[in-house]
Amino acid sequence: MVVTAISVVRARSLFAIVTLSGVFSLLSALLFIRLDAVDVAFTEAAVGAGISTVLMLGTLALTSRSERSDKRPQIIPLLAVVATGALLFYATLDMPNFGSLDAPAQTHLGPDFLERIPGDIDVPNAVTAILASYRGFDTLGEVAVVFTAGIGVLMLISRLALRRPEDEEDDQEGST
Amino acid sequence: MGELMTSEFILGHLNYWFVIILMMTGLYIVIAKGNLVKKIVGLNIFQTSVFMLYISIGKVDGGTAPIFPLKMKIDPDVLYSNPLPHVLILTAIVVGIATTSLGLALIVRIREVYHTIEEQEIFDKEQEIARTELKEGGVL
Repeated sequence: MVVTAISVVRARSLFAIVTLSGVFSLLSALLFIRLDAVDVAFTEAAVGAGISTVLMLGTLALTSRSERSDKRPQIIPLLAVVATGALLFYATLDMPNFGSLDAPAQTHLGPDFLERIPGDIDVPNAVTAILASYRGFDTLGEVAVVFTAGIGVLMLISRLALRRPEDEEDDQEGST
Repeated sequence: MGELMTSEFILGHLNYWFVIILMMTGLYIVIAKGNLVKKIVGLNIFQTSVFMLYISIGKVDGGTAPIFPLKMKIDPDVLYSNPLPHVLILTAIVVGIATTSLGLALIVRIREVYHTIEEQEIFDKEQEIARTELKEGGVL
């Protein structure tokens, strides 16, 4: 995955970049399965690798397909990134070991949910039970966010076809 | 520091370091690259690495996916991974795709007006427009 991410940095062709980002999402879905998060894995595979790749390809069809290379010195961003990374690295030194049972995340809410779900809700999948029941309002808020984003996208690009029909047809022909 | 660097400590923290490397790669793309679509891809990489951080926090050694057997015949000896981070990340993935699509729509709209999706060229055109407006103001 690190290799994929770094080749995204290096690649110039936007088409290759978008494809690599799809590969990245699929690899992360595999990682989620290894970490016992099956629900997250198939959401990531469907949404991250599927829908967002399609959306990006659609954008590429409407815009240009390659990145212009600029030879400006990139020292300052690199320094900022390395500094942030070093700070985060320092922060991890206090974190509990991977998979340890006595980590704070494992001792408070998580086991409490696992104990209560069979009696409270009777849904075999604990993730579904929490998502739809204990955190139902959170999911409602998520729907509101998606709705707002949908309205925003529609407002931004709904007039596109009206304004430049001939250009758009050219672009679509170029992408096939 | 010396006593911290045992092999157990290093193996136990490799997941965090892996996530940090990915996160910083994404951040570097967002800061340093001029192409707007590439910036969105960088943002996605950053996002996914945060997801990995959360999911790896929820993992328990010897645990399994938090799905109970049918008829709720729960074996008390079975360890389940923590389901709470999974729920949070499910929500986050969907919100992430919403922001990504909004960003891509903005890119399409920007390209409508400026005919480019490179940050530097947009900046140049902005300056040009500002200059012509200043000139017109001076004539009047």
